[in-house]
Amino acid sequence: MHPEPAASRAVPSTSELFGWGRTAPTGADVRRPTSPIELQRALPTSFERGLIARGLGRSYGDAAQNAGGTVIETTDVAAFTIHASDPNSDTVLVTADAGASIDRLLHALVPQGLFVPVTPGTRYVTVGGAIAADIHGKNHHLKGSWCNHVASLHLQLADGSVVEVGPDRDPELFWATAGGMGLTGVILDATFRCPRIGSSQLLVDTDRAADLDAVCELMRSGDHLYDYSVAWIDLMATGKNMGRSVLTRGRFASASEAAPKIGADPYVYKANELVSAPPFMPAGLLNNLSIRAFNELWFRKAPVERRNEIQSIPTFFHPLDMVRGWNRIYGPAGFLQWQFVIPFDATSALATIVEEISRSGCTSFLAVLKSFGEGNPGPLSFPAGGWTLALDIPTGIQGLGPLLDRLDDLVVGVGGRIYLAKDSRVRPELLPEMYPRLNEWREVRERVDPNRRMMSDLARRLGL
Amino acid sequence: MRDALGSVQSVLVLGGNSEIALAIVDRLVASRCKKVVLGVRSPASATTTLNRLRSSGVDADTIVFDALDPASHAKVIDAAADRIGDLDMVILAFGVLGEQSEFNADPVAAAEAARVNFVGAVSSGLATAAKLRAQGHGTILAITSVAGVRARADNFVYGSTKAGMDAFAQGLGDSLIGSGARCVVVRPGFVHTRMTEGMKPAPFAATPDKIADAVINGLQKNKEMIWAPPILSTLFTILRHLPRPLWRKISAG
Repeated sequence: MHPEPAASRAVPSTSELFGWGRTAPTGADVRRPTSPIELQRALPTSFERGLIARGLGRSYGDAAQNAGGTVIETTDVAAFTIHASDPNSDTVLVTADAGASIDRLLHALVPQGLFVPVTPGTRYVTVGGAIAADIHGKNHHLKGSWCNHVASLHLQLADGSVVEVGPDRDPELFWATAGGMGLTGVILDATFRCPRIGSSQLLVDTDRAADLDAVCELMRSGDHLYDYSVAWIDLMATGKNMGRSVLTRGRFASASEAAPKIGADPYVYKANELVSAPPFMPAGLLNNLSIRAFNELWFRKAPVERRNEIQSIPTFFHPLDMVRGWNRIYGPAGFLQWQFVIPFDATSALATIVEEISRSGCTSFLAVLKSFGEGNPGPLSFPAGGWTLALDIPTGIQGLGPLLDRLDDLVVGVGGRIYLAKDSRVRPELLPEMYPRLNEWREVRERVDPNRRMMSDLARRLGL
Repeated sequence: MRDALGSVQSVLVLGGNSEIALAIVDRLVASRCKKVVLGVRSPASATTTLNRLRSSGVDADTIVFDALDPASHAKVIDAAADRIGDLDMVILAFGVLGEQSEFNADPVAAAEAARVNFVGAVSSGLATAAKLRAQGHGTILAITSVAGVRARADNFVYGSTKAGMDAFAQGLGDSLIGSGARCVVVRPGFVHTRMTEGMKPAPFAATPDKIADAVINGLQKNKEMIWAPPILSTLFTILRHLPRPLWRKISAG
C-alpha cells in the first residue's frame, strides 16, 4: 500500500519530474540508490548542472527537480531504528534514513505508543523532505516545526564528505539545512525525538465559525488548550459568509478514553488508501460551480459544535491520503498551492486577502488556516508567529498570476512570507524581503558548497 | 525557469522583428522575463525594440540570425545561451508571406520562401531542441499559421510552407516528450501586421496583441496547440472537412 515505487534503479536514466502540483516538469538524470553506501556513492562525477535529493515529491512546485542535472531519489534507503529509552521520559529517540516516510514510521511507532513529532496533512513525506522543508503541522502553536525535534543529522556535502550536525554541533549548518530546500547537501539520516501517546485515537472538538473574525477569535482564545488545531476555511463564500470555517482541535486520547471505540488494544493503527483518483481527468470538471457546491455541502455537513469525538490518526491528520493521487483531479493544467504566514498584528491584512480571493471568484477548494507559534533559528525555515493560510488553486484560471503577485505584495508589506516548499511562481526579487536572513543562509552555503553543486529548479528560478 | 503559470524568465526570439513575437515578449516581460535575445538578420533593425526593452529594466540584446543559413543555427543558439544562460523559451517567429501571383511567375522566389519558412524552421528547431534537451527544460514556441491547415489557391506557397513547419513542430514536440523540453504550436489566423498590410482581412482577423493574449493564456493552461484567436479551432474543424469545391468557393472569398 505504499506509494513508493518498488522497483530499484541504481543506474542513471533521464526522466521527467514534477512536483505535487504537476506543473512545469523538467528532465534530469534520476538515480535511485538502494543502500546507504550506494546513496553516498550516487554523487555524480560531473556537476555541470548540479544535484538535488528528492523524496516522495510532495513539494508542490519545483523544489525536488533539477533540469538537465542529477536527482537522487532517496526513497529506497528507508531504514530506521527506535532507540531504547527510559519509560518515564516524554520522548523516544528515533534514527531514520532520509528516505523513510512518515507513513512507514507511523506503522512502526504507533503500535509502540509513539507518534512523530510533527506531521503535515499527508503522511507520504520523507524524513529528508521534512528537514529540507522544515515541515509543520497542526501542533505548531505548541511544538514548532520538524527541525525543532531533530537532535542530529548526517549531511553529505557537495565535495562528498559526510558531516554530522545538530543544534549543538555546527548549528549554523544545521539551521541552514532546516528549511534549506536540500541546497546545503544530501541529508542521509536524522535522529529526532518522538512523543509518547496514550492511544492511537484523538479526542476531537469541532466548531463551526460563521466568518473569519469568529474563527480567528476561537483560535486566539482557545488554541492553547489543544495539542492540535487547524481550521478549514471556505474561500468561495462571499458576503456575510466570507471566511466561514470549520475548526477542528484535539489531543491524543488516553487508553481508557479510546477503549469504547477501539477495544482492548489502544495502539491499533490502520492507515490505508481507500480509492485512487482516475488516471486522467478532463479539463474543467472542477469548475467554479462544482467546487462552490462541494464547499457548501461540506460546511453544512459540519456540526455547529461537537465535543470529544473519537477520531483515528488518518481521519484527523491525513484525510486526503485516503485518495491516492488526488493531485490528478485538477486535470492537465495542474494546480498550485499558495501558502503564506503574516504576523498576528496584521489580522486586517488577513481579512483583505481572504476578501480578495473570495471576490476574485478564484476556484479554490477548502483552504487551511492555522495560528503558528514562534519560528525557529532556521534562516529559511518558513513558520513564524502569526496566521498561516494555505490554498490550492488550479493554474488555468485567468488573471491568477497578477492576483497572486498582488497578494504577495500585501504579505510582504506586513512582514510576512510564503512557503518555499509550496511555491511554484513567486517573484524572485521578493525573497530577501520575505526571508530577511537570506544572506546568513547564503554565507553558510558558500562555506559548504562554493561551486553551487547543489542545485534545483527552485534554486534556479528564485536565484537562491 | 518556467513557473507554474507558464511564465518564463528568459526568451530568445528567432525573427526578432516579428510583431506577434514582440507582443508575446511584452507580456512575458510584464510577468517574470528579465532576459531577451532577439535573433535578427540585421541588428540595426531591432534598435528601437532593444532600447524599449532595456529602458524597462530588461537585459536585452540582439544576435545575428539568418533563416537561410542553416549551418549557422546551432551556433546562434549556443551564442544566445552563452549570453543569457538557460533558454526558457525560444520563439520561432521568422517567416515571409510573399505574393502568390509573384511566386507563380517566379518559382525561384517561391523556393526561397520555402527555405525561409520551412527549411529554416527545421534546422533552427532541431538545433534549439538539442539545446533544450541538454538543459532539461524549455519551450519552443513555433508560430505557424491557419493557412497551413488547408491550402488555398491564393496563398498556397505560404500555406504549404507553414503546413510543413506545423507538421514538423508537432512531431518535434512529440519527440521531446519525457525530456523536460517541449514544443508548443501557435496557429494564428489573419493578423494585422506589416506583413499583411493592404491585404483583405479574413474572418476573425486579430491584432498581434490579441494573438499574444491567446498565446499567454494557452501557455498558462499548458496547451500543446494554441489557436489564436481560440475560435479558429472550432472554425477550422469545420473548414478542414468541407468538400473541395465548396472550400474553393469559400476560400476564394
